[in-house]
Amino acid sequence: MSAPDLLYSEIEEELRASVRDLLTDRCPPSAVLARCEGPSPYDPALWRGLAVELGVAGLHVPEEYGGAGASLRETAVVLEELGRRVAPVPFLGSAVLATGLLLAACPQDPLLAEVAAGARTVTLAVPLSTAPGAGFPGTVRAAAGGRLSGRVTSVADALTAELLLVPAEGPDGPALYAVEASAAGLGVARRTSLDLTRPLADVTLNEVPGRRLAEGGPAVRALRQALTTGAGLLASEQLGVAEWCLSTTVEYLKERRQFARRLGSFQALKHRLADLWLETVGARAAARYAADTLAAGGPDAEVAVALAQAHCGALAVRAAEECVQLHGGIGMTWEHPAHLYLKRAKADQLALGTPGHHRAALAGLVDLPGPVG
Amino acid sequence: MEAELRERVRRLLADHDPAGTDRLDFLRARFDAGLAWVHFPPGLGGLGAPRALQALVDAELEAAGAPDNDPRRIGIGLGMAAPTLLRYGTEEQKQRFLRPLWTGEEVWCQLFSEPGAGSDLAALATRAVPEGDGWRVDGQKVWTSTAHTARWAILIARTDPDLPKHRGITYFVCDMTDPGVEVRPLRQLTGEAEFNEVFLTGVRIPDTHRLGGVGEGWQVAQTTLNNERVAIGGQAMPREGGMVGVVAATWRERPELRTHELHQRLLKAWVDAEVARLAGERLRQQLAVGQPGPEGAAMKLAFARLAQELSGLEVELLGEEGLAYDDWTMRRPETVDFNGRQAGYRYLRAKGNSIEGGTSEILRNIIAERVLGLPAEPRTDKDMPWKELPR
Repeated sequence: MSAPDLLYSEIEEELRASVRDLLTDRCPPSAVLARCEGPSPYDPALWRGLAVELGVAGLHVPEEYGGAGASLRETAVVLEELGRRVAPVPFLGSAVLATGLLLAACPQDPLLAEVAAGARTVTLAVPLSTAPGAGFPGTVRAAAGGRLSGRVTSVADALTAELLLVPAEGPDGPALYAVEASAAGLGVARRTSLDLTRPLADVTLNEVPGRRLAEGGPAVRALRQALTTGAGLLASEQLGVAEWCLSTTVEYLKERRQFARRLGSFQALKHRLADLWLETVGARAAARYAADTLAAGGPDAEVAVALAQAHCGALAVRAAEECVQLHGGIGMTWEHPAHLYLKRAKADQLALGTPGHHRAALAGLVDLPGPVG
Repeated sequence: MEAELRERVRRLLADHDPAGTDRLDFLRARFDAGLAWVHFPPGLGGLGAPRALQALVDAELEAAGAPDNDPRRIGIGLGMAAPTLLRYGTEEQKQRFLRPLWTGEEVWCQLFSEPGAGSDLAALATRAVPEGDGWRVDGQKVWTSTAHTARWAILIARTDPDLPKHRGITYFVCDMTDPGVEVRPLRQLTGEAEFNEVFLTGVRIPDTHRLGGVGEGWQVAQTTLNNERVAIGGQAMPREGGMVGVVAATWRERPELRTHELHQRLLKAWVDAEVARLAGERLRQQLAVGQPGPEGAAMKLAFARLAQELSGLEVELLGEEGLAYDDWTMRRPETVDFNGRQAGYRYLRAKGNSIEGGTSEILRNIIAERVLGLPAEPRTDKDMPWKELPR
């Protein structure tokens, strides 16, 4: 096992610059805010720009399967930038979770190439709160012949997905199915979500035709791997959220005057921001370690993912809460974007396992068992 | 450069077989071969090589069984006095001091902090008054580790009380064997005396032992202090390498001590420790590719907090055993012995981690102002003559 590379390569920095430029041009905070209240929660033009023009939809998919042949390290950098903007695009569902599942379950399937090219948008039909170690979901049943019935709640990125990857209990045990969003019998109902920029939907299936992608042990392992990868990479999004909150708050406190002083000159506030910065430095190291270990397929991947989620999930929430608090009354308003980050951070904390869940996972992984009984 | 270093190491080992050579003779020969600190100039223990190559030299010599210079015992000389001497010393001073400093023949200490000037170091009151061809020094210093074993000290003293506090300070090298230097052990809350109080009464320092210009001591001291912070918390560590390893080992060996509440806290602390370790690793990778980040100041802050949290957790985990203490006998250790003693000692000693070498509060100010760019707290003492400061 080689030493982890916790830095960013030049290529990664170039990718970051491209994504950031595109987001600066096409994803200003005012547009994100306006979209939250409109009928269409996602920005299809922005998603096309990212997926097709920049080619980030299949970034870590090997070239032989129609992707860009980069690694999960690069995908993590994209997530940092998307987090920094709370960008309203289905990247997590399509490019991370669904792509991860296809890669693990059936890389030769032509569907993967379509998704990697940005030609089709997919998502993984599990509740967003599902942790990597959770058992195979049993809310959808497959009849012989591949007709699926059941219900999956709180699915991320389902509203725009043209295709859903559905774990279901079939006649021969667990299996993974691809379901067309337009298929008869499929219902996708938007929920009112805590996170305005990543809306959730409930998916109902009533004898919907599905195409079986994998079954049995491989299906179970592929789902677990997709969720593990998703949780590990989510830490990079959380880092991006935290960084925006910290830097925005610092800039505000440099300018804002009260008591005839700039607020940032008060030691009590400086110390809070120094502590937040310190935790962000840790989050960057933990998120990079997870991305690097997942990219390399290293034996420490499960520890790295649990560690990153245990730290970064809580940090992003704290950063967003400090951002609202230190902006004072302005931070409580709808027009200031701080609340979008708070909502994203809190929802991300629950997504793919809470910090408490991941700490409990570590207890088993690093041999620190709890008391008996 | 790498090949030349390897060749020099080979020659040093050929001429001075570690097995048959006196320890001190070997260390002196290593210094003279420029292999002591390779980034120092030739003639002063180095070769003007990149600092990163030192690790290569150290590894080769260690593999050959060569003695080291016991760097923990002489940490103040190596980490603080040497870089300051190198930058501000005269040629005579460098020639006189650096070799015995590096070999450990002469131990150094640091006469900076005073009872009335800790975090506000520039407020120091120890006076140096011109007398003949030198200076006469009177005052009291405190928290002086290794003063009782030291031959030399780096000292800052006030030479002009009419100037604002940062401007009237001068930097000296003080001979600890001179009459008028009195070292008294300062017993700490652990019961031992790692540190000392040092009383300076009519101490004579020749002007040739001044470092930098008269009144420029604050700038010189910045070199010392910056090196101090780099020196703390900079080494690579394996997972569970620090205090967390001690607690985790007890946890694994003593299942009867486990409670649910301690389990939650232990897992949180384990995560914090591993995150801090990775952040330190990331910092080292940045330094290795020549991108020193501002994270250095952060590491000391993080490790102080962790040491305190974990050492407190350990005492609680031990339950009734935690009520006992290993030994209150007053001792004079040469280095901090975290692993050689028991939980109660670790708990008490860790309290110093957030105070020594810059308090956590001062480090937070440094991060806020230098890294985040927040404005400084308004200050009234910057332009006021030192002698008019309220105290």
